[in-house]
Amino acid sequence: MALLSFVNVTKRFGKILALDRLSIEVNDGDYLCILGPTGSGKTTLLKLMAGLLNPDEGTIYFDGKPVNEVNIQNRNAVYVPQRYALFPHLTVLENVAFGPLARGKPDSVALETASKTLDLVRLSSRAQALPNELSGGMQQRVALARGLASGARLLLLDEPLSAIDARLRLDLRHKIRDIVKESGLTAIHVTHDQDEAMSVGDEIMILRHGRIQDLGPPRRVYRKPAGISVANLFGGASFFEGIVENTVGETALISARGLIIQAPSRTLTLTSPVILGLRKERVRISRDEPDLDNVFRGEIRSVRYLGNSKEYLIRLSNGDSIASRQFADNKVGFKVRDQVSVSFRENDVMVFEYPVLGLSRELEVT
Amino acid sequence: MPKLELVELSKNFGNIQALKDVSLQVDDKEYVCILGPSGCGKSTLIRCVAGIEQPSSGEILIDGRSVEKTLIEDRQIGYVFQDIALFPHLTVQDNLAYGLTVRRTPSDQMRTVTNEMLDLINMRDRSKSYPKELSGGAQQKVAVGRAIATGAHLFLLDEPLGALDAIVRAELRYELRKLASDLGLTVIHVTHDQEEALSIADRIVIMKNGRIVEVGKPSEIYHYPRTLFTANFVGEANLLEGKIVRVDGERCTVDIAGHEFSASIVGKKVGRRAIVFVRPEFVHLTTPTEYGWKGKVKQVTFLGSLNRYVVETDDGIDIIVEVSTAEYSTGFGVDESVSLSLDDANMMTYDYPEEGVEKAISLE
Repeated sequence: MALLSFVNVTKRFGKILALDRLSIEVNDGDYLCILGPTGSGKTTLLKLMAGLLNPDEGTIYFDGKPVNEVNIQNRNAVYVPQRYALFPHLTVLENVAFGPLARGKPDSVALETASKTLDLVRLSSRAQALPNELSGGMQQRVALARGLASGARLLLLDEPLSAIDARLRLDLRHKIRDIVKESGLTAIHVTHDQDEAMSVGDEIMILRHGRIQDLGPPRRVYRKPAGISVANLFGGASFFEGIVENTVGETALISARGLIIQAPSRTLTLTSPVILGLRKERVRISRDEPDLDNVFRGEIRSVRYLGNSKEYLIRLSNGDSIASRQFADNKVGFKVRDQVSVSFRENDVMVFEYPVLGLSRELEVT
Repeated sequence: MPKLELVELSKNFGNIQALKDVSLQVDDKEYVCILGPSGCGKSTLIRCVAGIEQPSSGEILIDGRSVEKTLIEDRQIGYVFQDIALFPHLTVQDNLAYGLTVRRTPSDQMRTVTNEMLDLINMRDRSKSYPKELSGGAQQKVAVGRAIATGAHLFLLDEPLGALDAIVRAELRYELRKLASDLGLTVIHVTHDQEEALSIADRIVIMKNGRIVEVGKPSEIYHYPRTLFTANFVGEANLLEGKIVRVDGERCTVDIAGHEFSASIVGKKVGRRAIVFVRPEFVHLTTPTEYGWKGKVKQVTFLGSLNRYVVETDDGIDIIVEVSTAEYSTGFGVDESVSLSLDDANMMTYDYPEEGVEKAISLE
């Protein structure tokens, strides 16, 4: 039985439709990550799960029982808000021990749980400090520790790492997942950081305009995204408009403003308009002409250095731009205005139906 | 044109030394990022330059002249910070014109400048919108435009993109950088985001505990850091304990758990404990080979364009490895046996820190 399920849940704020007939099941032990831009409904969804908001339509089940009207205490869930709400007059240790104490654990047990949890978020040395003596990132870690120590089965984490320095965030995201898994908890974690989502989630939900755009394991969602907006929000890609000119066996020949691109044909019908998408790391650039399905000439327009990789933006002969990401590239490499070959494999081309509202609407991130 | 010099700048808040003897030179039209963990003093530094804080000692020179006696409003500095501070009751256009109104700029000139700014930030179609009708990214662009409209050439940006969504932030940083290049602005941009600094800075200043740790171009800072702190701070790093066997000029031979590698050298102590640095993308994985450094995959994380592995070597050392998913192999699974090879050209060796590695790389 699912630990938590939503059946056709709708939530409105005045005229704004925040969540639109959303259905989902979360099982015991799952780590679900919800990824979406600002205003996509992520926090609303989490608050409905926590019992901080009531749905306008639909039913929420906890352990198979409908709980629409039930408050947060009876859901065995703990909500860790984006803005850490710590007790200002209690020490860090006392803040973390609050949950176990409230559940009737003896002082010694509660304090031991609290100090173990503080160790996990690397704040043991600040156990006796008051919240206002800590940086924002530290306070967020205390809030996280308080949630972990609360004894609830379901953790509802609203951007738990957003106020933490980028470098520490890298270390902590693996840590959060380890803690949740080792403690046998279930977690729902909201974020707008795709690397974080991929690192922590068993499953990823892409939310946009109050609707689930895609839901599945990170690899599947990345490799076979359900639509253009998913590909754009999760990993990003270069997109091209094209028309199916011909299909030969498994291969479709797609004309994209003067270029003929080979793509997997699947269920494409002739003369239908399509959108093609290419992940940056699948696009190669070279001086010679490699033996790949798709090879075009282009000119480097910009080079962006990212530490572990470089991103090149290349203008193709038809005027369209394509991005390429090269890892471990610390050589001089290519420069702006260099003439290069751009190549990619047929199987790396993602093909989407032409969207009803046009490409640019699909790529809007708000 | 503005050139900025900080000479032995210190700032105390009570007993806390927020800045300790900070000296730095920023050239005209240079884009410098100050990167460091929370509490390292990076915000205090630019607040001193802006005139919001008074330094306890040391000097700030703009174009060779001390600004000690110059009021904030006369320093000709544009200042933008993380919390977007637009006037909620003014339209985009009126927000942009605000600085000019205060300076009693004639109205026709004001209109010209405001229109220029609207074009610059690409928001002419939103000129009559109020801040709350705009996305966070758009609001921050207006804040930048307003600062530019004042005619300042020295810009101080304190986490200007910190409040924005990841996807918006990544795009906006390039817009910001392009704007600065096109207008020939001198910029000091404070951030805790390594990728942001690496991707837009001419030079990066790494700070820790109120001091400058090192200054360099992004590729120097990332690939050839001079300190363990920087090595760990600007990206994931393998810091492996070893022993220096031989030194040969700028290179050395180092022994890690019985395996010898060649690496660039920062330390000079032959026969002593050392730390060898190599980034995850410069470690390569293959199926087990007879002479390779063998280990077993402990963890695999799919990161879209990358697979991140944690490999435990047979000697019990954990090594992080990143492999582009564009390399068409299927990758490795948990518990699979592998051989590791480390890329000599991208390894550095440091003397073992007296205070221990944990302390040397601590973010607090």
